[in-house]
Amino acid sequence: MKNNRFIVLAGLLAIVAVVYYFATNVDQVDEEDAKMKVAFVYLTNPGDHGWTYAHEVGRLQVQEHFGDKVETSYVENVPEGPDATRVIRELAQNGNDMIFTTSFGYMEPTLKVAKEFPNIKFDHITGYMRAENMATGNIRFYEGRYVQGVVAGLTTKSNKIGYVAAFPIPEVIQGINSFAQGLKSVNKDATISVVWANTWYDPVKEGDAAKVLIAEGADVLAQHTDSPSMLQTAEKAGVHGFGQSSDMHEFAPSAQLFASVNNWGPYYIAQIEKAMDGSWTTGEGPDHWAGNTWKGLSDDFLVLSDFKNMPSSVAKAAQDARDGIADGSINIFSGPMMDNEGNQILASGEVLDDAGLWAMNYYVDGVIGKIPN
Amino acid sequence: MIDALILTILMTSVPLILAATGELVVERSGVLNLGLEGMMLMGAVSAFALTYTSGSLLVGLLAGVISGCLTAAIFGFFVLGLATNQVATGLALTIFGTGLSGLIGSDFVGKAVTGLPILFPESFSNIPFIGVFFALDIIAYLSVLIVFIVWIFLFKTKYGLILRASGISHTSSHSLGYKVLTVRWCAVLFGGMMAGLAGAYLPLMLTPHWSEGMTSGRGWIALALVVFASWMPSRIIYGAVLFGAITIMQLAGQARGWTIPPQFLSSLPYIATIFVLVLISSRGSAKYLAPSDLTRPFIASK
Repeated sequence: MKNNRFIVLAGLLAIVAVVYYFATNVDQVDEEDAKMKVAFVYLTNPGDHGWTYAHEVGRLQVQEHFGDKVETSYVENVPEGPDATRVIRELAQNGNDMIFTTSFGYMEPTLKVAKEFPNIKFDHITGYMRAENMATGNIRFYEGRYVQGVVAGLTTKSNKIGYVAAFPIPEVIQGINSFAQGLKSVNKDATISVVWANTWYDPVKEGDAAKVLIAEGADVLAQHTDSPSMLQTAEKAGVHGFGQSSDMHEFAPSAQLFASVNNWGPYYIAQIEKAMDGSWTTGEGPDHWAGNTWKGLSDDFLVLSDFKNMPSSVAKAAQDARDGIADGSINIFSGPMMDNEGNQILASGEVLDDAGLWAMNYYVDGVIGKIPN
Repeated sequence: MIDALILTILMTSVPLILAATGELVVERSGVLNLGLEGMMLMGAVSAFALTYTSGSLLVGLLAGVISGCLTAAIFGFFVLGLATNQVATGLALTIFGTGLSGLIGSDFVGKAVTGLPILFPESFSNIPFIGVFFALDIIAYLSVLIVFIVWIFLFKTKYGLILRASGISHTSSHSLGYKVLTVRWCAVLFGGMMAGLAGAYLPLMLTPHWSEGMTSGRGWIALALVVFASWMPSRIIYGAVLFGAITIMQLAGQARGWTIPPQFLSSLPYIATIFVLVLISSRGSAKYLAPSDLTRPFIASK
């Protein structure tokens, strides 16, 4: 028996060694002081689509923009929580000058490590906590949803829109409401049914949610979850939908109308440039969720993929809506605005400010149902 | 509308039926394999990779079955060959399968395949009331057939009796001259094949693409399902359809604006399993209880 135990132990050690090797497989580089070292922490494997892929595209843009002046690396598959603290600390110890942590759940781990390494600049994506050396960056994702709403309103025949959502947090609710505002601007009869998947990522469940919505009569689907399975389901059922975070038209060539694409490159490049010339700060202003950099269509932080599978008149309406948001002539949340229980949120002439956006806990008129607690 | 919902429920149940039936046979032989999730993921990634590269769904399905079987063989090597703790080894297998499938599949993220075809002509599915039962793919029908065959095997054949005996008392079975380890090896490998097939169903039918960790806990639901079925094959079908219906109805309920919290509905399969456990243990009927040598390693020399 002792021998057996030894074999098991040796086997387990071998497995641990292999796993550890792959888990911490950061590109090793020689110490070179002239280069600025920038590291990225990713939630998943970047793959070819979705949230992390969009960050990877941004990192590649950084590398191309700065060439030899910047050395970038990334760690993928970092779970949110204590593991993230360990990974971020390791990156800090390895001589990185700047670390971008690219998921909401890295907020507290980033803050913790930021306090331990006051000379390193940290940049957290989509959070609201800041420190002397920790900035935050975010995209006005909801702006793209308004354009989706416009296209959906002009495309739907059943006047039923399905929306697969992840978790009832302000960012997602902003998206639903913004979509509804766009929808109502072109089609007063259409309504939105929301299904909460209670996950950011479960391809089968997202597909099931899409099937259910189609069975309930929806003929245009939107999503705020990460996998392409909703679009695949739409493709199979012959209805339309919108891609998430990155262009997903390869999964659904005849179903995807367009995708709102997160374009992190300009933000990363701007932040690194500021760090180089010494103008990097963690900003001031009201300490609400928006963080200190929150930009959208007008700054190309959010770009829309090509409009496809729609008549040119609809594509033009979409382009007009996009341009209107970008130049400020369309204000998505402006009065009069009612919630879906008939209470007035904004009187005529009023507009919602950023604090109001982050405090959204209601559906606007046009969305069916109640937000789960 | 109702038809489409029922069809979705049936399709959601298929991987649960396959994985749970395999695990039921494994547990009936006295081995608990908690590595279902890992084996399913290995089956899923192999099936997708081979379908994508070869262009043949049959090759993909076979790859899924074989890789599930090979993953189970690793488990068998530890728990049967080295008599390690089954719970720990099974958990390790899940972690191992999740990681390795992600590594193998990283080149296949973002690719898509055409899913399995519907077996019967489309006109069949327009038959009122029962049409929906003709709108499924071959694996769905196969899964029900497998449950039936497993039932015949376990309860109507001599080999089934030997398998059950090694789960109830391996020492008695051994002293009668049966090869307990061989029986358990066969059961573990069969369980792996079923899990591999269940995994293959996800990227070939439910969502025709591969993504890391795409089983998202379905292996654990299948494990709960075996307990829910109180180790009786036929009940796996009811249980799987019930679990599938709960999953789909909580989504449909939301789309219709019902106010039941979806989190509560998501936890229903587990609550139902605990409820069944309480029920069978309070009735005290040995027939519906776990095989008594479940998780006990067998060492012939002792």
